[in-house]
Amino acid sequence: MASSSDLKAYREQVREWMSEHMPRTDPEHPWDPIHGDDDRALRNRELQQLLHSGGFAGICYPKEYGGQGLSIEYQQIFDDESASYDMPMLFSVPTLSIVGPTILEFGTEEQKKRYIPAYIRGDELWVQFLSEPSGGSDMAGALTRADRDGDVFVVNGSKIWSTYAYRSDFGLALVRTNWDVPKHRGLTMLIIPIHHPGVEVQQIRMVDGTVEFCQEFFDDALVPVANVVGEIDDGWTVATRLLFHERAAVGGASPYTSGQYRHGGEETQNVLRGLVHAAGRSEDPIARRRLGRAEVLRVVQRQLIERVRTGLATGYFPGPAGALPRLFAGMAGVERANLAFEIDAERAVVWNESERGGQHGIAYIRRQASCLGGGSTEMARNIISERILRMPREYAADRDTAFSDVRRSRNV
Amino acid sequence: MRIDLSEEQALFQETVRRFVETETPVSRVREIGENPDGFDHDWWRQAAELGWTSLLVPEDLGGGSISGDGVADLAIVAEEVGRGVAPGPLLPVNVVAASVARSGSTDQQTEILPGLLDGRLIGAWCYHEPSGGWWPEDVGLEAELVDGGFRLEGTKQAVEGAVQAHYLLVTARVDGALTQFLVPADSEGIRIVPQQSLDLVRRFGEVHFDGVDVGPDCLLGQVGGAIDDVRYQFHIALLLQAAEMAGASGRVFEFTLEYSFDRFSFGRPLASYQALKHRFADMKLWLETGYATTDQAAIGVSRGDDAARLASVAKSYVGDRSVEIIQDCVQMHGGIGVTWEHDIHLYLRRAAVDRELFGSPEDHLGYLGSIVDAEGV
Repeated sequence: MASSSDLKAYREQVREWMSEHMPRTDPEHPWDPIHGDDDRALRNRELQQLLHSGGFAGICYPKEYGGQGLSIEYQQIFDDESASYDMPMLFSVPTLSIVGPTILEFGTEEQKKRYIPAYIRGDELWVQFLSEPSGGSDMAGALTRADRDGDVFVVNGSKIWSTYAYRSDFGLALVRTNWDVPKHRGLTMLIIPIHHPGVEVQQIRMVDGTVEFCQEFFDDALVPVANVVGEIDDGWTVATRLLFHERAAVGGASPYTSGQYRHGGEETQNVLRGLVHAAGRSEDPIARRRLGRAEVLRVVQRQLIERVRTGLATGYFPGPAGALPRLFAGMAGVERANLAFEIDAERAVVWNESERGGQHGIAYIRRQASCLGGGSTEMARNIISERILRMPREYAADRDTAFSDVRRSRNV
Repeated sequence: MRIDLSEEQALFQETVRRFVETETPVSRVREIGENPDGFDHDWWRQAAELGWTSLLVPEDLGGGSISGDGVADLAIVAEEVGRGVAPGPLLPVNVVAASVARSGSTDQQTEILPGLLDGRLIGAWCYHEPSGGWWPEDVGLEAELVDGGFRLEGTKQAVEGAVQAHYLLVTARVDGALTQFLVPADSEGIRIVPQQSLDLVRRFGEVHFDGVDVGPDCLLGQVGGAIDDVRYQFHIALLLQAAEMAGASGRVFEFTLEYSFDRFSFGRPLASYQALKHRFADMKLWLETGYATTDQAAIGVSRGDDAARLASVAKSYVGDRSVEIIQDCVQMHGGIGVTWEHDIHLYLRRAAVDRELFGSPEDHLGYLGSIVDAEGV
């Protein structure tokens, strides 16, 4: 345990270093989803390298792999102090908090030495290759195949919904290595280099005009057997832990995320208040109630996250309870988009070229993304009903059947 | 429902739950509703012995908490009362006792407070008025200075326990400034008209003050100095409502979830249908969020830290979601859910009454909007 005087000194040290070296976020110019920002990934590397130079990268990672070897209290202090600075959040999630702990847990010694220090330094960025075009919710139904040929796997297939894959270096991929066993037993977790023969990355244009999301195509890509994380055909065990780390990261309980996790409530509040003022509707009871509703969402979301965190620690909640804040975030995201759209009224849909208009219209068009990304809200509802409330599980036609015999979508 | 209760609090919760289940089981609530007072006075004295009336009062005045945080302890009682739709003037008696303890004269504290604490005396809070809203600034009842005393003129509505009360805590204005009085309910000029309510065991009344002359000994605190007490009373009321609604919806959710496993159609339990499972998942989310916000409101009110915001958030969220949970549970039950025979309507009645009094969820959204709006200036 760190002594309180050590922690106090650490806080001072972080505060001083950050104010001297890190750029602050600009509240006047938040990231603009319409015009996007292709340089964000590049900038994230610079920011991560900067943190590394100051000794604030990989705070809870072991020293032998380039981390700082400190306890979670230090990371929490760092998170508090970094709140108003521009942080390399792309490194935080998924590289440092989801991919990293999975490699730490299942990787070989060589893999750990090769990969962990490089991303802590900000030299290499990772993505997850989990979802496929054939379906995102049924992750264990992956169709991307890896056929062994001596010391290499020959990889064919496609992955999708990786953020900034074209600016990243490696993907942690769930691939199928055995088709003759039920789906969970024929998977393998594989490190796939992205800028590599046989790997093609395509950016996906989203409804808001952003092109961060990618789809990857593997065409006889040769990947060394040495890149297997965990055991061959036991990739589901690795994936289960990866999902655990993902829930911890998104739920705010991971020691490996760095920088403050924001759920969007605080920012929305400022935006809505600004809209109400701009429209001269401060005294309008309907506008007030909408502001009040956004405040309820902001406050109770924080309170729910806190309750789930406490409940997971005390054992009141089972592990899958991370699905509760996930479902809340989806529904709250929808409602926030609606509130801003309603308050902005016609300016959300028609604006002059000279104005910075339309953001709330675009956010409304993109609204359902909050119920899809990171696992759909339907999946969250399944998890809550089946694994928290213990209601009977949905019938699955692919249980106990060799995967090659499982029926699939017509077009795949 | 706190998930980090201390050992004493957990034991207290258990004791309160057992008391409710044995003394006023849900199966008896309809019967208790036949009692004009809505509760049995001997039973109320027993509840008082368990601490239902004294948690907000310091030990040196005859009260005492379980955990050192009486507000949190009282929220536990309110949640259990909600779980069992138990009777009793929990809210008004606690509000009155708290303010007598905070601002009462020595006479009030030695002659009236002990009776409130041991359950012999009932207190009621005369706050809401026919024309106004639920916030302290909406209070308009006038107390005119007359011959060194005061003359009260006006009407209060939806006063819980008015008919049963021995003392009335009256929130009024003297020369426009918020002032409170503790008045014997049988004072000349006070006319109490019983009102009807959705709840089978909660009693409300309309209280008319037709030129009621009271002496300065009836002042509770200073002339014009009541705002802090009134706010505290209001926040306690909101918290107790939220806790009660959370408890009521939590209990209904429990027995409805159980029912979904036991009830079969087309050869399958209801619990196996995804269309219903997803609704239970939503309800579980609302329920846990409701508990979370109620717990945080208790902390805020107890510490006096951001109490107005946290109490309004809890009232608004739980007031809105708890009744929806119960309504959806009615739907899950099918036709039996809308019969007199089934208990579910008792919970819905309780939650619906709590939802509306002391400001509806919508009223609280408006209030929160004005807080947020002011913060941006």
